[in-house]
Amino acid sequence: MPEATTPTVAPSRPSLATAGRPRDAVVDAPATPDFDLVVVGAGPAGAAAALVAARAGLRVCLLERGPFPGAKNMYGGVIYARILDDLIPNWWDEAPVQRWVTRRATVVLTESQALTIDFRSSAWGEPPYNGATAFRPDFDAWLAGKAEAAGATVVTSTTATGLLRDGAGHICGVRTDRPDGDLTARLVVACDGVNSFLAKQAGLYHHEDPKHFTLGAKEVLALPRDEVEKRFVLSGREGADFEIIGGTRGIPGGGFIYTNLDSIAIGVVLGLDGLRKAKVRPEELIADLKRHPMIAPLVDGAQLQEYSAHLIPEAGLEMMPELSTDGMLVAGDAAAMCLAAGIWLEGVNFAIGSGIAAGETAVEAVRRGDVSDHGLAGYRRRLESNFVLRDHTKLRRAPSLVMSERVQQRYPQLTCDLVEALFTVTNPEPKQGAFRAARHHAKRSGVRLRDLARDGWTALRTYG
Amino acid sequence: MSAYAGGMERWSRVSFEDRMATVDFRVGTRAHITVDGDTCRGCTTKACVTACPANLFVPTSDGGIVFNYEQCFECGTCYLVCSNEGAITWTYPDGGDGVVFHRS
Repeated sequence: MPEATTPTVAPSRPSLATAGRPRDAVVDAPATPDFDLVVVGAGPAGAAAALVAARAGLRVCLLERGPFPGAKNMYGGVIYARILDDLIPNWWDEAPVQRWVTRRATVVLTESQALTIDFRSSAWGEPPYNGATAFRPDFDAWLAGKAEAAGATVVTSTTATGLLRDGAGHICGVRTDRPDGDLTARLVVACDGVNSFLAKQAGLYHHEDPKHFTLGAKEVLALPRDEVEKRFVLSGREGADFEIIGGTRGIPGGGFIYTNLDSIAIGVVLGLDGLRKAKVRPEELIADLKRHPMIAPLVDGAQLQEYSAHLIPEAGLEMMPELSTDGMLVAGDAAAMCLAAGIWLEGVNFAIGSGIAAGETAVEAVRRGDVSDHGLAGYRRRLESNFVLRDHTKLRRAPSLVMSERVQQRYPQLTCDLVEALFTVTNPEPKQGAFRAARHHAKRSGVRLRDLARDGWTALRTYG
Repeated sequence: MSAYAGGMERWSRVSFEDRMATVDFRVGTRAHITVDGDTCRGCTTKACVTACPANLFVPTSDGGIVFNYEQCFECGTCYLVCSNEGAITWTYPDGGDGVVFHRS
């Protein structure tokens, strides 16, 4: 690695109110950089980008600050991996999967009630499958291993501390915390996760708002395999995924439970703004969920195996940064590409999808010798032509709808009260009738019909 | 306390110390997060104290904050909920240091 002795300069735009405040280092860009491509972060986005680029013959370095790829990563539970079909044919035969999700339940929770839409499909238990549960340290290491096998140089235990820029201001590599640790490259792909200090340093984020983030906190609870299958009514490698709305003491967010082979994971997702105001500790909200009468029998006696927490970029298109600049692309959570759209909660597939597009764009730009922002325009074009930006554009209204007070609190209460009224037999009183019951409970819940109609219309436009 | 009364609770309650003991932390020598005591003393919200999932921000008797970087998830919640710009200086730990998940 060439030594950089040049002085540091202030970032080209004012820093955000975040803190690390890395500085750009200005270096003389060498005629032959260390690599064609440096990918920062060996999560699913980075591994996919590195895999695509290495297969096409680029000299690729995949940088990871953890001791192995996936070491820093956790999630709220399901990988939808069909995006790998072309890249890794029959990926399902080798991916380190815990269980295949054949049971998907959406749960509306109040303090004492639960309304569950419980769907099962045996088709989801056969190739090409639908969703899988997996330990991210296993899955991410597997995918990064594919990039390494394709020729990428995987460098672990190395933190990128800032960007390198040439005299013209173009990004030309990253500074790392290794001695003489500057890595020069024709192009950098920042896949450094939800906090993406590289994207912020490059000036691609213009503002930062805690309302755009949620905190995921999770417990993995050990339970014998046969007990997991008995409690969740599964057999073989079948798995269950419960997504929960309500049950977070009014903090916008929700909860989840899903099954691993011989453990279950339970957790909460909490809007940072709500969490800040509520002054409740995250693990107390997990404890609430575990005590709920509908959930308690599922987790009864299971012992804590690993506690974890991570931020989620929740606001989709509203928070998305610029996706490229001279010498750099941003992918995965670093570009806020996680999809938190209520009935659809996806992230790993969006990371892989954007990583593939970044890898393809890198190959094209390096071959053409134009890694300027203009030369990287194919990245956005690719994302706009596949699910990554099309889903985000279609669902741009979903995050704020899902996190609204009505959807979070009033509608769950109203729905559960209404269903309870419908199925409570109050003889000798005659039945009330669904419409009257609906009006009665809507009034009691404080939901105005005008708001209900408007939210219904938004939901139709969003999900329809 | 719980919002739910009288639910089943046969799963054992773990202390916070035991909870954090389930996580693999490879503690580095450099504190990757620092807090500015003077700014914190003037802070009335101290949102970091309850929001941090690792419970690393501890209020002191003189109204300040003590921070322990050793069992940090590196999530970023603290600097995002902090209402005082510059009170929390946040970087990633050095390569190889910090949290290592295994079953998450």
